[in-house]
Amino acid sequence: MRYCSVASASSSAAQNISDLLPDLLLDAIDRAIINQLQKGFPICERPYQEAAQSLGISETELIQRLQAMLDDKRLSRFGPLYHAERMGGGLSLCAMAVPAEDFDEVAVQVNRFPEVAHNYARDHDLNMWFVLATETPQRIDEVLKEIQARTGYPVYNMPKKQEFFVGLHFEV
Amino acid sequence: MVLNDAEQQLISLIQGGLPLSSRPWAEIGRKMNMDEEDVLQQVRSLQERGLIKRFGLVVRHHELGYTANAMVVWDVPDDQVQSVGEALGRHDCVTLCYQRPRRLPEWPYNLFCMIHGKDRERVLEIIDELVETEGLQDIPHEVLFSGERFKQRGAKYL
Repeated sequence: MRYCSVASASSSAAQNISDLLPDLLLDAIDRAIINQLQKGFPICERPYQEAAQSLGISETELIQRLQAMLDDKRLSRFGPLYHAERMGGGLSLCAMAVPAEDFDEVAVQVNRFPEVAHNYARDHDLNMWFVLATETPQRIDEVLKEIQARTGYPVYNMPKKQEFFVGLHFEV
Repeated sequence: MVLNDAEQQLISLIQGGLPLSSRPWAEIGRKMNMDEEDVLQQVRSLQERGLIKRFGLVVRHHELGYTANAMVVWDVPDDQVQSVGEALGRHDCVTLCYQRPRRLPEWPYNLFCMIHGKDRERVLEIIDELVETEGLQDIPHEVLFSGERFKQRGAKYL
């Protein structure tokens, strides 16, 4: 069972977080679509029809709403989530400590690598954090060396050793 | 190689997203010169082998109001990583929880979790309560909020 201490007294944490969210440009149906389809999607001939049925809307409406949310960038993607390692690829979390005066330039240099995703600035001496996703595991080390050579700063490589939970789900 | 040619073609066709049409797999099948049923079988096989974790939508959490994104990192004694990781992973507010290598001396932390919320104060409260509930007062931790996001889902191989 999953729970959150914060909410153990009354309601669930997801509920609490949801209550705190600002009024988004989402109506009740958009919210239901997002909450349900983050959990999964049927694999069958008419998957939109099947998903729409359990949402109580028509297939056409579901498709139109998904299209609208993708168009205005509320959704990033609708499709498969791959298991990078099982697909034979490499995946790692990397960090760099970049002085403020060089930060923007280094960010541009790092982001130019097609293997770099999810690059975030964070408050710490290690202030640039990004995910590397490569076609092969060996390529991780090569890209790290290329980034170090390009930027002149060391890259700390922190690949996953063990996964305790992954369930990126945003209740809206 | 884990994937045969047809699977590689299928994966590259759906990488950017599933077609938003009534019979998406028939549409993919036309591009692959393959029956809808055969495409579906391939997709199911990829899923059964764990190569595709799931189908579904990926939100832009920032655009949906989750603007406070905290990476909470813990320096957990090695013999406690398992139990602390499992305990943190059971909380709904923790969206990811991984053990990663320390990079000493600069980086002593070996357990990473993500907590998303509407604002920083709320996220900090959640973390305080996590520490309290799980009795983690003796385990050093730091909270790294994200500032600017430079890139999301940009990588080719993800």
